[in-house]
Order: sequence, then structure tokens, then C-alpha cells
Amino acid sequence: MRNLLIFISKYNAFFLFIIFEVSSLVIFVKYNNFQKATFISSSNEVIGNIYLKADQITDYFKLGITNDSLARENARLRNQLKSSFYVDSSSVKTVTDTIYKQQYTYIAARVINNSFNRRNNYLTINRGSNAGITKGMGVISSSGVVGIVINTGPNLSTVQSLLHENTRISAMLADSNNVGSLIWDNNLDPTKAMLINIMKQVKIKVGMPVVTSGYSLFPEGTMLGHISRLDAKNSSNVTGFEVNLSVNFSNLQYIYVVTNKLAQEQEALEAQEKQ
Amino acid sequence: MSRTIIYNLLRFIVLVFIQVFLLKNISLYQVVTPYFYILFILLLPFNIPNFLLYALAFILGITIDAFYDTPGLHAASCVLLAYVRIIFISITVQKEGFDNEPEPTLGLMGFRWFFLYALILTFLHHFFLLNLESFRFSQILFTLTRVVFSTIFTVLLMLISGLMFFKKKVR
Repeated sequence: MRNLLIFISKYNAFFLFIIFEVSSLVIFVKYNNFQKATFISSSNEVIGNIYLKADQITDYFKLGITNDSLARENARLRNQLKSSFYVDSSSVKTVTDTIYKQQYTYIAARVINNSFNRRNNYLTINRGSNAGITKGMGVISSSGVVGIVINTGPNLSTVQSLLHENTRISAMLADSNNVGSLIWDNNLDPTKAMLINIMKQVKIKVGMPVVTSGYSLFPEGTMLGHISRLDAKNSSNVTGFEVNLSVNFSNLQYIYVVTNKLAQEQEALEAQEKQ
Repeated sequence: MSRTIIYNLLRFIVLVFIQVFLLKNISLYQVVTPYFYILFILLLPFNIPNFLLYALAFILGITIDAFYDTPGLHAASCVLLAYVRIIFISITVQKEGFDNEPEPTLGLMGFRWFFLYALILTFLHHFFLLNLESFRFSQILFTLTRVVFSTIFTVLLMLISGLMFFKKKVR
């Protein structure tokens, strides 16, 4: 027994190394499997607040770009107003329309922390469960799809970016409605993604727009990007089409969280089907 | 004694700030991503107890992890770095020859020793960290390229900071 103690104290550097290394690897393996449902992350209050303060400062340097993008979005929305269309027919009748009911609502939020140059990327936004955000909602910006909410605190949420190896979005070609999936392959380029699982018979040209399909979390027809190369391959040798993403992840500022009012109903129905 | 503690505490805070708010945003050609914060572990005094060294490395790693959203990744790399540091110092330095609480700085140990020390420790840290992050063999060549170029950039930053706070001391 005494010899054992002497042995351990003589090589204490090694034994301490084993203890600390194993405990950190346990943390690493455990929390990365469970999609970071953990307090050591940026939706934690303390770290989140520090990011909030830093963001308030850097915000001033981006005011010009933000103004520009807001003005452009205003213009786009104005185009959809009823008042910007003129009435062409001579007789006008008002009808209370009960056919259309709202399915999607949008919650505006600001990005307070963002990464785009690592293997798996996350964003932190400044709205949480108090604003009605729950896990699994889609996130879009004015120019296209951004990601999926994976973790919410009372005032902040973490979003798994489109630039993540587990993100898979049901996408389709806007011209022909052929459905495939969009993944981020692993050359770590934040401007490119890959469209896979498209039927072979479909004719595809460079420059065709790619949008979300009706099977995804997002409203059908939300912009994803344009086809930029026809013979792309990722590291596991899956062939597909390279897509130039429409969202610029390096200067994301304001995003919208999409709430699908029918999501619960759909989930409940599909769960019944499986039983 | 208390001066050493205050110096190291300040160094900890400053390095974490630099890493999180400045270097986190740097990425040249998706290849160079500097992790300059490990300088804190490199510059701890020679006669620090092993347990304290590991505990500080672990805390530093967890702090960086909290900002990077990668629980355990940096902590594991920092603990490995602490172990390599103990081995490297026990091979190359005789501890008896010093007066009160010296630190392995550029001014004290000379350029050749410090350069080798920083290069080997940084390389092993980056190698472990980036491989653990990507976690697959099919990308090993790309990961190795990232390791080599990131190591060069980090060591360059360490030498620059070493020269900025250069104090020539007699051993």
C-alpha cells in the first residue's frame, strides 16, 4: 500500500493528466451528442450578456450596411401592399375573404453572436421562450434560410446554422418543383452548399434558383440560392449540384423566426400514423 | 507571491478577451485560425504545483469553450498542453538554479529555448484540438494543413508579444 502511494506521488503529473483529460473528454462527448443542451454555451445568461454588450458596441460600425438592407426590404414589402396595385376593373366589390387564414407568423430578432468559419456553426439571437420561440423552429433572414433553433433560454436562443454538418433542408428547383435535400458539404466555404438526391432525369442548368419545398419547416418557396456547378462531390463521394447560397453569413444582423401554426397538428397526425 | 497571482490573473482576463473578441473573427482562407490564449499556460511560473497547473488549464479551456459553444473541446486540449509542458520543462530545465518564482519568458530563457518551447507545445495543442474538432480521417490532410498554418501564426503572435514585454534578466 505504501509503495503504491509512493509510486502515485512520484508520477503524479501523469495520473493528474489522466483524471483531467478523461473528465474533459467526457464533457466533450456527452454534450456534443445531445446538441449542446448544456449550460456551457452562449445562451447562458452571463456569457450571453457579455456578448450582448460587445454587440451593442460593434453595432455602430455596421449601421450603414444595416440601413441599406432594411431599406431594400422595405421596398420589397411595399411592393406587396394592396395600395401599390391599381384597380383595373370598373366595378369594385369588397368581399370578406375567409379562404385565406394565416399559417406562418414571424418573430423579428437580432443576431448577437455568429460564427461561419468553423466545421459546425451556431448563432445566438436576442429572443427566447418569453417571445414564444421553441426548439425546432426555422430561422430566415431577408435574403433566405439561415438555420434551425436548437436551444432556448428565457431571453436568448441558440440557432444551428445552415453551415452545420447535421443541417438538412428539403429543397426544390423553383422552375420544375423537383424535390431534393440541401446539405453543407465539408470544404468549409460559407458561400456554397450542395443539393443532393435529385432525380437523374431532371435537366438542370447553372443559374437555376433553388427554394425550400413544402415539406420543410420553412414557408414553401423561401430562397436558398442558385445552382453554380453541376458536377460537385463532397468528401464521402456523394455527387450533387453546388449551390451558391443567397444569404451572406458574414454580416447577418436581423433575422426572423418562423412559427408554423399548423406544425403541432401535423406532428400529432404523423405520430398517429407511426403507431 | 501576490504579485505573481495578480499578474497571472490579469494575463488570463486579457488573453481570453483578445481570443474571444478579436481572434475568434479571424480566419484566413479557412485555413489559419489562431488560438493565442494558450500563452497563459506557457507563461505560468516554473515552480507551480502540478495540480494547480492542471486546474488552471482546465478552467481556461472551459472558459474558452463557453464562448465558442464547444463544451470540453478546448478543455481537453489545454489539459494535454499542461502535460506536455511538464514533460518538456522537466527534460530541458534544472529548477534549482533559480531565485524567486521565475517564469518561462523570452527575456529569461533566451530566444532559442523559448522558440522551441512555444513551437512544440503550440503544435501539439493545435494538432489535438483541430483533429478532435473535425473528428474524421477522410479530412486528415486538410486538417493537417490547418494545424501547420495556424501553429505558424500563433507562434508568430507569441514571439511578437514576447518582444513587446521583453525584459532582459540574468539567470
